[in-house]
Amino acid sequence: MFPAPFDYHRPGSVDEALALLTRYGADARVLAGGQSLIPAMRFRLARPAVLVDINALSELSYLREVDGMLAIGAMTRDAALETSALITSKYPLLADTSALVADPVVRQSGTVVGSLCHNDPAGDWGVTALAGRAQIVIRGATGTRTVTIDDFLVDSFTTAVGDGELALEVRFPTPPPRTAGSYQKIERKVGDFATAAAAARITLDANGAIADAGIAIGAAGPHALRVRDAELLLNGAKPTKELIRAAGDAARKLADPAADNRGSVEYKKDMAGVLVARGLIAALARLGVEGLR
Amino acid sequence: MKISVTVNGTLYEREVEPRTLLVYFLREALGLTGTHVGCDTSSCGVCVVVLDGDRAVKSCTMFAAMADGHDITTVEGLVQGGKLHPLQQAFWDCHGLQCGYCTPGMLMTSYALLKHQPNPDEPAIREALAGNLCRCTGYQNIVKAVQQAAAETNAPAPEPVAT
Ligand SMILES: Cc1cc2nc3c(=O)[nH]c(=O)nc-3n(C[C@H](O)[C@H](O)[C@H](O)COP(=O)(O)OP(=O)(O)OC[C@H]3O[C@@H](n4cnc5c(N)ncnc54)[C@H](O)[C@@H]3O)c2cc1C
Ligand code: FES
Ligand code: FES
Repeated sequence: MFPAPFDYHRPGSVDEALALLTRYGADARVLAGGQSLIPAMRFRLARPAVLVDINALSELSYLREVDGMLAIGAMTRDAALETSALITSKYPLLADTSALVADPVVRQSGTVVGSLCHNDPAGDWGVTALAGRAQIVIRGATGTRTVTIDDFLVDSFTTAVGDGELALEVRFPTPPPRTAGSYQKIERKVGDFATAAAAARITLDANGAIADAGIAIGAAGPHALRVRDAELLLNGAKPTKELIRAAGDAARKLADPAADNRGSVEYKKDMAGVLVARGLIAALARLGVEGLR
Repeated sequence: MKISVTVNGTLYEREVEPRTLLVYFLREALGLTGTHVGCDTSSCGVCVVVLDGDRAVKSCTMFAAMADGHDITTVEGLVQGGKLHPLQQAFWDCHGLQCGYCTPGMLMTSYALLKHQPNPDEPAIREALAGNLCRCTGYQNIVKAVQQAAAETNAPAPEPVAT
């Protein structure tokens, strides 16, 4: 199980990386943490002729707040989020997610942006990015553009990043006051992809009603799915057990999972609903709203 | 392509194919067979080595070319001056191994953990090793061994004995 032969390049700057990606176009692939790409190449599911290794681009390794957004650079590894005080204190949804992706050793290599670019139907970051209203900054030969996560996730293993382009960072809006989130995942063992997953983000207004909600599910379709019907139900409403159950039902209805050795279609649909409810209960508990279980 | 990699303090320059995986470079090009291959599909953790002093990586899921210009520590690099590393001694003392197949990966993952968290509590050790599989020990003694090594590494150096 060795990958097919390829040419290896390790650019020393973003411009150099873009020049290589432009020159080789569809023949080239970006190599970040390699935790999805290398296994895919070993199984010969991918056989790029050229790899552009961006690991030397330390300028793309950062977690910083700019203009009301948290920016996560393309070379920022999952482990950096797990140990960041900024993330654990202000971004609980991201902290939850970073602790549940893959296993602790994989997280020392894998990147958040690489995971989004890989767009595995059962990947974790796409779910959180939808609930958190993330945006991805993409650069190509002709300039830089910003794409919402909804437009970024095109199809399984396909994103808005085109040939010759590099994703530079993902941005998450900094949560306003009285906001919390939670990421929920059922996995068979540490390091397994999700059997089912859900992310919930809630902002409460001064009266305790939900001012804004973001809900998404994973392992339930070609890529992570935003549960708009649940968001519509939640926005403007007071959190109650009935409301949470209805939001879960909206997720059950939307989920369109495939049966595999992790579970049947019926089970996975049901778990999508259960996890949305659990995520809402956990997020509200973080805001001091209890008794909704 | 030509790569230069420092492994356990020694600089090696070798010609490799870009598709050569780090674990095969270590085992076959350098003859350092202490790093094992288990699943060969990034799932078991036996192939873990430490990159640049403190990052645990699965060497079956990294190209040797990516290590060009970098520093690798393998299980062979733990012994210093003929003396077992505190982690190795603790695995011995606590019966942290049976067949020993998983041990190099357990040691190197724990080594990177102690670089980041010199004083991990038991849940932190279990969490850090959650991706390393052992089919023999039941993990209990591995966790104990890492606890012992952490305690020893943090203990103040013994007072020189007056003669
Ligand atoms: C044992 C194991 C278990 C795992 N379990 C999980 C899990 O439970 N949940 C989960 O979500 N993931 C899981 N993963 C995947 C892991 O999280 C990957 O690290 C992640 O999906 C990809 O990140 P990477 O940096 O390694 O990307 P790479 O593997 O380097 O790249 C992935 C893809 O994205 C492209 N790409 C990467 N960066 C860029 C960029 N900046 N611009 C443009 N394209 C880019 C690459 O060309 C490639 O096509 C697992 C992996 C392993 C090995
Ligand atoms: S051999 Fe590398 S993780 Fe199993
Ligand atoms: S000691 Fe045998 S696999 Fe761990």
